[in-house]
Amino acid sequence: MGKKVLLSIWDITKIFPGVKALDQVSLDVAQGEVHALVGENGAGKSTLVNIISGVHKPDGGQMFFDGQPYAPANPREAQESGIGLVHQETALCPHLSVAENVFLGRMPHKAGGLVDFKKAWAETNKLLQNFSTELNPKAKVEELSVANQQLVEIIKALSLDCRLLILDEPTSSLTDAETENLFRIIGELKKRGISILYISHRLKEVFRICERITILRDGVLVKTLNTSETNEEEVICQMVGRNIDHLYPAKKGGNGEEILRVENLSGQHFRDISFSLKKGEILGFAGLVGAGRSEVARAVCGIDPLVSGEIYLNGQKVRFNSYYDAIRARVAYLTEDRKNEGLFLKMSVKDNLVVTSLREITHRHLVHQEKERSLAAHYVEKLRIKTADLLQKMVNLSGGNQQKVVVGKWLAIDPVVLFMDEPTRGIDVGAKTELHFLMRELCNRGIGIVLISSELPEIIGMCDRVIVMNEGCKAGELAGEEITEQNIMRLAAMQSNQIA
Amino acid sequence: MNQALERPTVQTMGPNKQKGLLARAFAIREFSLLIIIIACVIILSFLTPHFLTVSNLSTTAIGLAADGIIAVGMTVALVLGGFDLSVGSVMALSGVVAGSLYLAGVNIWLAAGIALLMGMICGLINGYFIGRVGLNPFITTLGMMSIARGASYVLTKGSPLSLAGMSKGFKFLGGGHIFGFPVMVLIYLLIVVIMDFIMRRSVVMRQVFYVGSNEKAAVLSGINVSKVKMGVFFLTGTLAAVSGILTLSRFTVATPNAGMSAEMRAIAACVIGGASLSGGEGTILGSVLGVILLALVNNALILLNVSVYWQDLITGIILISAVLIDFLSHRSSFLGK
Repeated sequence: MGKKVLLSIWDITKIFPGVKALDQVSLDVAQGEVHALVGENGAGKSTLVNIISGVHKPDGGQMFFDGQPYAPANPREAQESGIGLVHQETALCPHLSVAENVFLGRMPHKAGGLVDFKKAWAETNKLLQNFSTELNPKAKVEELSVANQQLVEIIKALSLDCRLLILDEPTSSLTDAETENLFRIIGELKKRGISILYISHRLKEVFRICERITILRDGVLVKTLNTSETNEEEVICQMVGRNIDHLYPAKKGGNGEEILRVENLSGQHFRDISFSLKKGEILGFAGLVGAGRSEVARAVCGIDPLVSGEIYLNGQKVRFNSYYDAIRARVAYLTEDRKNEGLFLKMSVKDNLVVTSLREITHRHLVHQEKERSLAAHYVEKLRIKTADLLQKMVNLSGGNQQKVVVGKWLAIDPVVLFMDEPTRGIDVGAKTELHFLMRELCNRGIGIVLISSELPEIIGMCDRVIVMNEGCKAGELAGEEITEQNIMRLAAMQSNQIA
Repeated sequence: MNQALERPTVQTMGPNKQKGLLARAFAIREFSLLIIIIACVIILSFLTPHFLTVSNLSTTAIGLAADGIIAVGMTVALVLGGFDLSVGSVMALSGVVAGSLYLAGVNIWLAAGIALLMGMICGLINGYFIGRVGLNPFITTLGMMSIARGASYVLTKGSPLSLAGMSKGFKFLGGGHIFGFPVMVLIYLLIVVIMDFIMRRSVVMRQVFYVGSNEKAAVLSGINVSKVKMGVFFLTGTLAAVSGILTLSRFTVATPNAGMSAEMRAIAACVIGGASLSGGEGTILGSVLGVILLALVNNALILLNVSVYWQDLITGIILISAVLIDFLSHRSSFLGK
C-alpha cells in the first residue's frame, strides 16, 4: 500500500464465558484508507469494534495506534486517542439540539459556568460547513432524519479530532439518496486523511467505497483482500465457507398437510409476505438482522398489529387480536430475547414452565400444587433441563437450560404451530444440538415450526424450506438442494431495487 | 451485556447448600426482622415499665392496624412493580363519605357500604388509567391522591365531622373487644391471613408475580397484564377504604386529614419487610413485620418522652438502613459468584 499505518491490531483474542469471540485477529488500517470489515452475524465484528473503541478489553494481543501502543481502558480514552465510533443505532440525546449533542459533556462555557451557546452554535456551524448541508445547530436531534442524526454523530466524532472513524452498518436505515450523500461525506473525510473502518453486510457498498476487505468468520480472521483483486462471489464464499455435515438431524418434513397459510401480510416493518407451513415441516426465515423476520412472526401471532393480509389456520381464516387468542389456538411465538421477553429470571424453574398453562393447574381459583409440580417435572425430565430442583431460580441456570425452559413453557400448551426466533442464540454447542434434535422430533409428531435464525448453518442444517427476507420483503423462497449459503446470502444482501 | 447471567453455573452448588441452617434463616428477611422486633421488645420492657402493659400493647396494635391494612394492599402493588400513592387520601375520603352520609340521615352501615364502594371506584379509576390506558402509576396515583384528599376537604369544609350517637354495633368494629382482643386488630389479622394465603396459592396472585417479575415476558406468555393491573389497584383502593371505615368507627370522627402520608409509611413498611420497588418480590408477612417495627419505634419514643418530631427522622433512617443492608448483601453474593 505504501501508506502509513494508523491502527494495527496484533493477535487480538477475546473470550466470553463459553465462547471464543475473537481468536488471534490481526489487521491494519492505513491512513486515509476505507477498510471494510465483513462477516456473518456472530462472526465477531461487533466484538472487534468494541475492543477498538474501548468498550471491552481484549484477553490477549496488542494494538498500536499511530505507532504508539494503544490499550484504551474505556470508550472515553479511545475517543481521546482519536477513535470515533458511529453506532448502528445512534446514541444521541434526542431532546437536545445538534450543537448540544456535538459538544455533549464539554459545552463551551463562559466565566461563571454559564453555557456559551453562541460559541457552541458557531463551532458546530463551522464543522457542518464541510459537508454542504442545511443542518441547523439549534435543531432538536429528534426532529432530524436518521441520515442527519448519523451526520451529527460523525461531526461529534470529528470535533474530537478523530483520526479513525468506525461506521457500524451506517446505511442500514438510510434511503438510496441518503446513502449516496454518506458516501460523498466518506470521500471528503478520506481526502482529509481520516481512516474509516466500515462495517457492512452490503457487499455492493463495500466494493464501491472500500480499498480493502477483511473477512471474519467465527471469531477468526479469514483473509484481508484488496477490493480490486476480488469479487463478491469470493467474499461470500469466504464469509460462509464452513462444513456443516454433522450436528443436524435428518430432514424429512414437507409432505404433511398445510396447517398455516399467510397471504399478502403487511405490517409496520414488512410488506406483502405470503407463505405456507405444512405439518411436520421446519420452515426457515433467513435474512439480515432488521429484515423484518421477527416482525412477521409477531404479527401473525397477534403480538404486533397487522396492516393487511390474511391468515388461515387449518384452512380456517383466523385473526388473532391479541397474543392470548393465538395461544388459545395453540400458535406460539418463542421470543428471540430470552432474558427480557422470555423468562422471569427472579422466579423459579417451576413458575417459568407453568406460566402458559395456568388454566390447567387451576382448581377453584387456586394453584393445584400437585398438578403444577408434575407439569413442571414432566418438562424438566423431557427436555433434560439441568437444575437442582424445580424451585431453583431461573438466573442460576445456564443459557442452554434457560432456553430449554422457554421451549418447555410453549410445549406445555401443546402447540400446532411454533415460531422459534433465534432459539439457539448464545447457547453452547451441546445444548444447541439437543435443541435441534428436539425440534425435529416435535415436527415428526406433527407440529409445524417456523425457524427464524441469523445463523446460516442452522438454517441450512434444519430447514426443509427457507424464505429469505430482505428489507421487509420476501426476497425469495428456497427448497431442498437450493438451500445453500451462497443462495441465501445473495438474496439477503441484494439491494432493495433488485428484489423482484 | 449481561454476561454474568450467561455464565454456566454448577447447579448442585446453589448458594443455600453451603451454609448452615442459621445462615439460611437469616437470609430470609422476615426472620431477621422478627429477631430485631423481639430485641426491641426486650430492650423496651427494660427501659420502661409502661411498655409491657395490656393497655399499651393493645393501643399500639389498634394504632398499627389502620396502616397495616393499607400496607397489605401496598405489598401487592409493589409485587406488581407499581405502588399506590392515593391510599392515604382514599382512606380519608371513605371516612368522610360515610360520615357525611350518616349526618345526612343515612344508616351508618349503608353509609359505610357506600364508602367502601367509593374506595373500590377510586381503585378502579387508578387501575383503568394504569392498566388500560398505560399511564405511569406514580403520576396516576399522585393525581388520585390529590383528588381524594381535595374531595375530603370539600365534603367537610376542612373541619372534622363529629358523629355522635352511632350505633353500638358499628362502633364495635373499631373500638370493641372479643375475649380481650381489639376487634380492629382481629380484622387486620383476618385480612393478613386471607391475603397471605391468596398471595401464595391463588392463580391471580401468581399472575401479579409474573407481571412484576417481567412485564414483557408476561405479555408474551399470554397473561392479560392490563386486567391484572386493574385488579391490583382495585384491591389497594378497597383496602384503603376498609381502613378508613374502621378508623371512623374507632374515633367516631371523620377527619379530612386522616391517613396523612399513610402511603409513604406503607411503602416504607413493605420495603423494610422485603418488598422491592422493582417488582416481583414481597410478602404479606414482611409488610406486617415492617408495620410492627415502625409502630414499636413510634411507641418507644412516646414512652421514653422523646419528642414525637423524632419519629419521621428515625423511620427514614430505618428505611434506608434496611434497603442498604439488602443492597450490600445482594452485592456481596453477586461479587462472590
